[in-house]
Amino acid sequence: MTALTPERVEERLRERFPGLSLKRATGPALREATWVVPAERIVEVCAFLRDDPELVFAMLSWLGGVDYLPREPRFEVVYSLLSLERNARVQLKVELPGEHPALPTVTGVWPTANWHERETFDFYGITFTGHPDLTRILLPEDWVGWPLRKDSPLGYEEVAFTHNTPGRKPPSPELKKLAPRKVTYRAQ
Amino acid sequence: MADSRSDNPFRTLATPAREAPAEQDVARLESTSPRPLMPVSEAEALREELERGVLFTKVEQMLGWVVSQSRANAIWPLGFGLACCAIEMMAIIGPRFDVSRFGAEVMRASPRQADLMIVAGRVSIKMAPVLRQLYDQMPDPKWVISMGACASCGGVFNNYAIVQGVDKIVPVDVYVPGCPPRPEALIHGIIKLQEKILASRVELGPFVPRRRKGVA
Amino acid sequence: MTLNMGPQHPSTHGVLRVALELDGETIVEAKPIIGYLHTGMEKQAEYKTYTQSIPQTDRMDYLAPLSNNLAFCLAAERLLGIEAPPRAQAVRVLLAELTRINAHCVWLGTHALDIGAMTVFFYCWREREKVLSIHDMVCGARMTASYFRVGGLAMDIPEGLLERCQKFVDEMPAHVDEYERLLSKNPIWMARTREVAPLSARDAVALGATGPTLRGSGVSWDLRKAQPYCGYESYDFDVPTGQQGDAYDRYMVRVREIREATRIAGQAIRRIREIGPGDYRVRDYKYVLPPKEEVKTSMEALIHHFKIVAHGFFPPVGEAYHAVEAPKGELGFYFVSDGTPRPWRMKVRSPSFVNLQCLPTMIRGRLVADVIAAIGSLDIVLGEIDR
Repeated sequence: MTALTPERVEERLRERFPGLSLKRATGPALREATWVVPAERIVEVCAFLRDDPELVFAMLSWLGGVDYLPREPRFEVVYSLLSLERNARVQLKVELPGEHPALPTVTGVWPTANWHERETFDFYGITFTGHPDLTRILLPEDWVGWPLRKDSPLGYEEVAFTHNTPGRKPPSPELKKLAPRKVTYRAQ
Repeated sequence: MADSRSDNPFRTLATPAREAPAEQDVARLESTSPRPLMPVSEAEALREELERGVLFTKVEQMLGWVVSQSRANAIWPLGFGLACCAIEMMAIIGPRFDVSRFGAEVMRASPRQADLMIVAGRVSIKMAPVLRQLYDQMPDPKWVISMGACASCGGVFNNYAIVQGVDKIVPVDVYVPGCPPRPEALIHGIIKLQEKILASRVELGPFVPRRRKGVA
Repeated sequence: MTLNMGPQHPSTHGVLRVALELDGETIVEAKPIIGYLHTGMEKQAEYKTYTQSIPQTDRMDYLAPLSNNLAFCLAAERLLGIEAPPRAQAVRVLLAELTRINAHCVWLGTHALDIGAMTVFFYCWREREKVLSIHDMVCGARMTASYFRVGGLAMDIPEGLLERCQKFVDEMPAHVDEYERLLSKNPIWMARTREVAPLSARDAVALGATGPTLRGSGVSWDLRKAQPYCGYESYDFDVPTGQQGDAYDRYMVRVREIREATRIAGQAIRRIREIGPGDYRVRDYKYVLPPKEEVKTSMEALIHHFKIVAHGFFPPVGEAYHAVEAPKGELGFYFVSDGTPRPWRMKVRSPSFVNLQCLPTMIRGRLVADVIAAIGSLDIVLGEIDR
């Protein structure tokens, strides 16, 4: 078969979904063929891409979230699809608002999306409606907060130096006299 | 259990760890020096010996020496490999850096049968309670080697997900730095632990001596 | 009955917890619970420059650290639109294949150890020591190498490396024969792995499995052949595939991959000798450090060096995803860049995270002992799963 080009994929999508507000994402260094799809239609689009005999995007490589904090719509969920037969990779994006981001799950289309969606929920708090088991996967179940959001802190611990720990005595000068000593490995 | 640093989530476990000493750097240096852990002054040592009676002291010393030797030379580690350091820990079991010459022949899977816990790898916040539970399940005497930078102090990862040093959770005897430490470095740590065991006083359980009257 | 195969377990290859629903010895449902090694690498990458994140990637799939470095550097290079020079590419191929041998040796040793064959564990670790000393020679660290940089290598390869690699490549096939003699026709091995944990090709693709897990089920998909990188199209190698998708097929696929990797490494050594001395980094000083000799003589090079070391390089605003064929499967990095030296988002598509989802499908209706064989044959690394 001839190589599958992004233009052909877009053609097929527009043929099949004439009313869909499909937008090709462009940018100076946008290296992947990406289309922005509205959240309600994502399941149909994915099912079509998987089942169409010419495209056959049978594998969902990964799906992940991105947080563009000052921008509205704040969140984006990126789907990376792989067609083994046509040897092609495309990306779909869904833009979501910052308040209560939610979109339907694609676990019905590709079972592999199960854990990816759980991870996106865990990191960003994006709800996938219809997901069989939307719970935290990488962080403890009782963790509060969405760590990968841009307004969540990194949570690092300040390294304790003498200058930023009040009441801490500097190490005693005797330590400087500790020369490297020869260690013998014998029982006492 | 609230304490002065109650914003630190790792302090609310059931059994609090030993409080980290104030002069942390001094204490750490002392814990790795090969000085034996004996009573401080001669007079105190002499007094203790007199209280117990001279004959008993000799027997106790000999028994203590035997017990220390057997504890030191037959340490069985608990297989607690978490991350990359686990691979170097497996390497010391391998043929090139053979750790069974130091007595750590078998890596016990069950904490009830192990006496050394080598925390090899980064401890995440989800794993921290499990770590504490395993430490509690180990019978005394037990020792902990914190292997690698992540276990000793959080290492490369200073963020919300990694416990900054496993000594926030369990008391550590030997810290082995490295990322990951070479197998030789870990064996060096095990040897240091052996020296520490050989130098520590052994409490012989049932043989607690009666206090002799009249001795100050 | 619910049985918990806890995070601390000798055979779970790291801190994996599997909640098993049992009916006698038969498994009704298995639920892997992960996250016990979550390190927040994706969050931390947003606070570090690209070069500072390279050592983090070593700690993901810590059995094949150079593979992760390679994926990271290739994704960053795709974002920047640069390509490493031929000598650097050949060295990358050589080290990537040696790392593949490394990872498969660990897999074989631990898988065999779980099933009961202890000797193979010691033999595999003996082979690993040779590769680790090659890593040590090249960059100073045995395991967590961080040798690749965006645009090429950190430094040129030392003298004597090619001879040492050649010696290893010449000896390795004999060792693989040794492992096969011990295991491949062994009745106990075959009883433990034949017909155990089957995965059909349809399930494998639907569940997103890649790497030997997918190839063991009969789907011949290898990114080195399909979407080649680093000049893999010019190397001559086969892609071993299984038929039934059971643990034995995955074992055979991986053992054959060790042989193919040895072949590729031999070709890479010859390629490096043919190319001869040359650039080991791209000469695009906007993104890549200039060579030290130029830094000491040319003003522009000095300024570029200062900017790149003090700030990091400034990539264009955009996104890029690049995947490599890591020993475990398709390992990909997705970068979103906002023009600053720190990535806005780094997403890792780790193969073990996806492959582990196949576990419930593989062992439903099987026996408890098969869980160990299944987890072993999936070849998972928790550092990669939990990141």
